[in-house]
Amino acid sequence: MPVIESSEGPVWRLRNRNETLTRWFVWLLGIAIFLWCWQQISDATTWFFVWDAPNIAGDILGRATPPRWSYMDNLWWPIWDTLNIATLGTIGALILAVPIAFLAARNTTPSTLFIRPIALLIIVATRSINSLIWALLLIAIIGPGVFAGIIAIAIRSIGFCAKLLYEAIEEIDQSQVEAVTATGASRWQVMVYGIVPQIMPAFAGIAVFRWDINIRESTVLGLVGAGGIGLQLQASLNTLAWPQVSLILLVILAAVVISEWVSAKVRGAII
Amino acid sequence: MNAYATGETHPTLNEMLGTRWRRPPLVQRAWLRWVLVIGGIAYLIAAFLSVEVNWTRVYEGLDRGGAFIMAFTQPNFVSRADAIWDGMLESIVMTVASSVVGILVSIPIALGAARNIAPLPIYLICRGIIAVSRALQEIIVAILLVAIFGFGPFAGFVTLSFATIGFLSKLLAEDIESMDRSQAEAVRATGARWSQWIDYGVKPQVIPRLIGLSIYRVDINFRESAILGLVGAGGIGATLNTAFDRYEYDTAAAILLIIIGIVMALEYISGIVRARVQ
Repeated sequence: MPVIESSEGPVWRLRNRNETLTRWFVWLLGIAIFLWCWQQISDATTWFFVWDAPNIAGDILGRATPPRWSYMDNLWWPIWDTLNIATLGTIGALILAVPIAFLAARNTTPSTLFIRPIALLIIVATRSINSLIWALLLIAIIGPGVFAGIIAIAIRSIGFCAKLLYEAIEEIDQSQVEAVTATGASRWQVMVYGIVPQIMPAFAGIAVFRWDINIRESTVLGLVGAGGIGLQLQASLNTLAWPQVSLILLVILAAVVISEWVSAKVRGAII
Repeated sequence: MNAYATGETHPTLNEMLGTRWRRPPLVQRAWLRWVLVIGGIAYLIAAFLSVEVNWTRVYEGLDRGGAFIMAFTQPNFVSRADAIWDGMLESIVMTVASSVVGILVSIPIALGAARNIAPLPIYLICRGIIAVSRALQEIIVAILLVAIFGFGPFAGFVTLSFATIGFLSKLLAEDIESMDRSQAEAVRATGARWSQWIDYGVKPQVIPRLIGLSIYRVDINFRESAILGLVGAGGIGATLNTAFDRYEYDTAAAILLIIIGIVMALEYISGIVRARVQ
């Protein structure tokens, strides 16, 4: 913090002149970038539609209410499918994530030089691609349906589960592992009696947390044809059946709220 | 939770002498454990029976799956370079614009959603906005906004801004609620105005977390912007969808590799920035 000597005595400033100028320059650059981006969006937008948006929104709202409750009969099966996609997908992801997490954790990986980077790459690659894109890809490969949705959810969740799990493995209490090793336990016995009991609560928490997220994601997978309630949503949107759309959105909202509640309860019981 | 954490079920040493040691179960209560196990097995059987898998279709598709994986070894950045470039630029533009607007809007909402700062009516309104934003997924909001605003990046921009508000306001409000009261109190005791109180008492405590969260959100917004194109809300998703539809796996692989590369770069940058500010 510079102190500038002036004729009226020392003046305290937060930053000296160069720092202030640099800050101003960075802010200017940031604002310029933002304005340029805004211009790009603005150029690609038909502003008439945007100004007309309140009318359209009101119109859609008018068509969408009240929801067509009788359509609920057609939704029970898709809801069951959605639940299956999320649950089986989570189970699949956990089965794949556990070995990857052990290979990625510094204290359990067989080789820091070769295997750990590969495990980390798998984690980043699966995490950075959205489940809708995985679903799109899998539908092109194995055809539309619930199965593609399950695999998509499973692949997408590997990175998330493995990342949280390997962080939990790295944070374990090493003295317990040492104690088990000192009894003459083999590598696998050390894992089963020294490491696994320590990460079990974290594992259960991660599983439920990811299941909650997967319920959310699996409700929209149907938009690209991967089964679940999203299929009904897509069909209703395509036929402009707005009362059905509003009913499906309410069901999705309810599913999200319930899954979040269940996940919070279970995690509260574990931790 | 294991048996030794809950004091009352801890057997005394005398009782345990001579008995065989058994690993403590994950779920302590026996009936609950059995209900969970049996319920889980019953569910799995029901689920496996109801999921129809067309195995011949899957088997036929394995060739294409192999072709796609092979495409990753020779991605084609060239033949659709224009479309990829335009889509990527639109995704990045949407990410930047929506992050800036989303962060700016979420700060006042976060202040309103912190119980130790805001009066009850404002608190409830702001919490309501956050709840709505968090409950609706990006893609559903995008569908509705495309119906309202028409195709193009504007719908995607609004979608991402809205999602940013829910994410950032909630976490920031929680951070404000858990801040150190005494600092804010001290500033207030000097006779500071409300704005000065926020500026000198609250802001310095939460700014590191705000920066960290903002950069994390930029990362998320970019990932989400990659799928908004599927429903017509602009960005690389439309290009990607077309590439899949035309079975141009080499182009699709190129797009996916670019997305992974940018996400990794963003994650690396956010790691550095978060380490510096916290």
